[in-house]
Amino acid sequence: MAPLLKVETLSIAFKTRKGDVQALHEVSFEVAPGEVVGVVGESGSGKSVSAYTVIGLLDQAGRITHGGVEYDGKPVEGRQRELRGREISMIFQNPRAALNPIMPVGQQIGDVLKRHALAGRTDARAKAIELLKQVKINDPEERVDSYPFELSGGMCQRVMIALALACSPKLLIADEPTTGLDVTTQKATMDLVRDLTKARGMSVVLITHDLGMAAEYCDRIVVMEKGHVVETAPVVQLFTSPQHPYTQKLIAASPGPRSELADLTGGLPEAPPSIAPPRKREPGPERLLEVVDLVKEFPKRGGSFFGRKPAPFRAVDGIGFQMMRGESLGLVGESGCGKSTTSSIIARLQDATSGSVVFDGQDIVQHPAARFARMPERGRIQMVFQDAHDSLDPRWSAAEAIAQPLRRISGMRDGGEIARKVAELAEMVGLPANLLSRYPHQLSGGQKARVGIARAIATDPLLLILDEPTSALDVSVQAVVLQLLDRLRRELGMSYIFVSHDLNVVRLLCERVIVMNRGRIVETGTAEEVLHAPKDAYTQKLVSAIPHFEPERLRAS
Amino acid sequence: MAAIARLRYTMSENPLTVIGFALFALLAAMAVFGPLIAPYDPLATRAVNALQPPSWAHPFGTDHLGRDVLSRVIVAARLDLGIAFSAVALSFVIGSALGCLAGFRGGWTDRIVGRLSDTIMAFPLFVLAMGVVATMGNTVENVIYATAVINLPFYIRVARAEVAVRRNAGYVQAARLSGSSDLRILATQLFPNVLPPMMVQISLNLGWAILNAAGLSFIGLGVRPPAAEWGIMVAEGASYIVSGEWWLALFPGAALMLAVFCFNLMGDGLRDMVDPTRRT
Repeated sequence: MAPLLKVETLSIAFKTRKGDVQALHEVSFEVAPGEVVGVVGESGSGKSVSAYTVIGLLDQAGRITHGGVEYDGKPVEGRQRELRGREISMIFQNPRAALNPIMPVGQQIGDVLKRHALAGRTDARAKAIELLKQVKINDPEERVDSYPFELSGGMCQRVMIALALACSPKLLIADEPTTGLDVTTQKATMDLVRDLTKARGMSVVLITHDLGMAAEYCDRIVVMEKGHVVETAPVVQLFTSPQHPYTQKLIAASPGPRSELADLTGGLPEAPPSIAPPRKREPGPERLLEVVDLVKEFPKRGGSFFGRKPAPFRAVDGIGFQMMRGESLGLVGESGCGKSTTSSIIARLQDATSGSVVFDGQDIVQHPAARFARMPERGRIQMVFQDAHDSLDPRWSAAEAIAQPLRRISGMRDGGEIARKVAELAEMVGLPANLLSRYPHQLSGGQKARVGIARAIATDPLLLILDEPTSALDVSVQAVVLQLLDRLRRELGMSYIFVSHDLNVVRLLCERVIVMNRGRIVETGTAEEVLHAPKDAYTQKLVSAIPHFEPERLRAS
Repeated sequence: MAAIARLRYTMSENPLTVIGFALFALLAAMAVFGPLIAPYDPLATRAVNALQPPSWAHPFGTDHLGRDVLSRVIVAARLDLGIAFSAVALSFVIGSALGCLAGFRGGWTDRIVGRLSDTIMAFPLFVLAMGVVATMGNTVENVIYATAVINLPFYIRVARAEVAVRRNAGYVQAARLSGSSDLRILATQLFPNVLPPMMVQISLNLGWAILNAAGLSFIGLGVRPPAAEWGIMVAEGASYIVSGEWWLALFPGAALMLAVFCFNLMGDGLRDMVDPTRRT
């Protein structure tokens, strides 16, 4: 069968201040009618650039230096405008940003239909409702008049899908369509895309960094690295016998339900070997942390001027748990479940409404958060943030960022002493010393994560709270950072609270897991129990939504 | 060394900035060395020489009292730039302090500071400045205060908005974890990060401040004759334009325009220099 889309030895160069940068090197792949092709690679591999070239949305600075794209046997060059929407359409990474915020979603769908003369002024609304019904939005008659901000992220992505399918195209390009969505929403969205495209016999190009998702939804996978296609193979073949070393590394680095921490880098630890012997801590109470009946309420807006205020929203609704010294505990749940609020109360960045947090024999919530910052206990609970880039002041170098807690908490004054300690910390987290003078925007994601970790362990804390520290990182970098965190915990005798939505990652680092939903704890148990034999209905749903690639299962099917 | 290299880099990137800085250097030289480089005494009157058109002896011509217009334009730079810089410095210091506090604390602080700046904005700004000078007395200091007051809301608003979006940024939380008090966070983390937009505001404002001071003098408030000041010179020269003596008003007006142009160009260049994400 003739391919629907043919990308042939495509090379793209971007013009920058420092001369041309080659983004794609002779990339070739084909998409047959009705086929689902996954384009997989880490950030900067050129997977989005190839998609944008196909649909003709390439940035001004980019130009094709070699090869080209053929759609249905003819080159797309010059006719992308007519192809776009009608033949090829696209769904984007951030649905909320891709929708016009000041226009009701129904009108946006209607505009696309009118633009392609598929609907007139009178029936646009009815057709928009019909499309919303097809993407399984509840109450489409009401939702057709909603603005994007009134819809959840998952709903916005459904509207985007409706927009993309409005003109019944033959090819759908999905660029990381579920980034930023919860796993259960991700599953629902991807199932919907699969069902709708299959029913219409459409081809799909799914661009993703998540190997699990590619395995679950694609027929064939194209693996890209630094602008090159390194391997193209059907799914089962790719996962059972990957040929290229990069594919092997990528597959190894993606944590599955059974992988071990050491497997992630193919058995070879990439982090430098241990430099310090395990540290002896002075003894303290065996129970490090006890959270009792913790509640956090946020006032709701609204209510009439004289009438009663509406009942406040309970983000954390009476949770309690205990943690032993040296233990590492996973806090799992979807966005809005209260896991981040809980961790930031324990880190004393927020005040609780009621309840107590007993840390090392002392109730720490009785001190207001603003005062806690100046107390000696501050140094014993530290935190690593989700977004390493956001957590570093853009005007401070890496060394200054790491030195900050040393100056403020440890009370170091002597410049030479601080520099020595900073160098020691950088070595512990595997950050090359020559990067210490750099600013955050000059560091890679993995390096910024290391700076954040070095800063958090600078005061030798007893408890380290890790708020999704690897969620913004590429899988191969995530693997190394997870190994680093595991080694540091053993060497420094710290306890971890690991906050994450990804049970597979949590399982690698934590002995015990707490699953939260709507501000409450729904299940507690060892990581293995929760992942392999979940008891609570919500946990079961969460576990089954994680996209897996298990070679055994793939081979069987 | 690194600073010089960065300066050179920014300059090569943006030739307009070079023009802006060159103009500024010229204006600064006029302000500092004005009386030394002026060919004549700016205040010396010679009735014989009145209303001479531009010539080799008097490139900008002479005014109705026979004073050399070129000398007066050069000497006036000190007074005009002095008023503009003091006024802008005053409103920058007070406005950014108030704005940062309002953005960081929110709540009542924000409301009071916000209403204060709304109140100032509610008046036609030039009329407000006139009112301030008229009630407080006709002196150069009062022109500075008046100009500072009417520029205050712009600094408050920029600082408040920039601080408010960064108030809960990751690095602010991280600074709290590192044991920094709120005041320290404001001073060491937030304020330096709102400087780039403030720099742009400052240099645009310098232009406005000069215009404002000149405008006040034009209508007879603030600087008084016979002091050399661009606004007064334009005012005095305006009545002679109809009778054909255009050079009286044109040259001080051109100096005024060049100064405003220069500060606008510099604003763009400064933003590039102080923004660390453009450092390479």
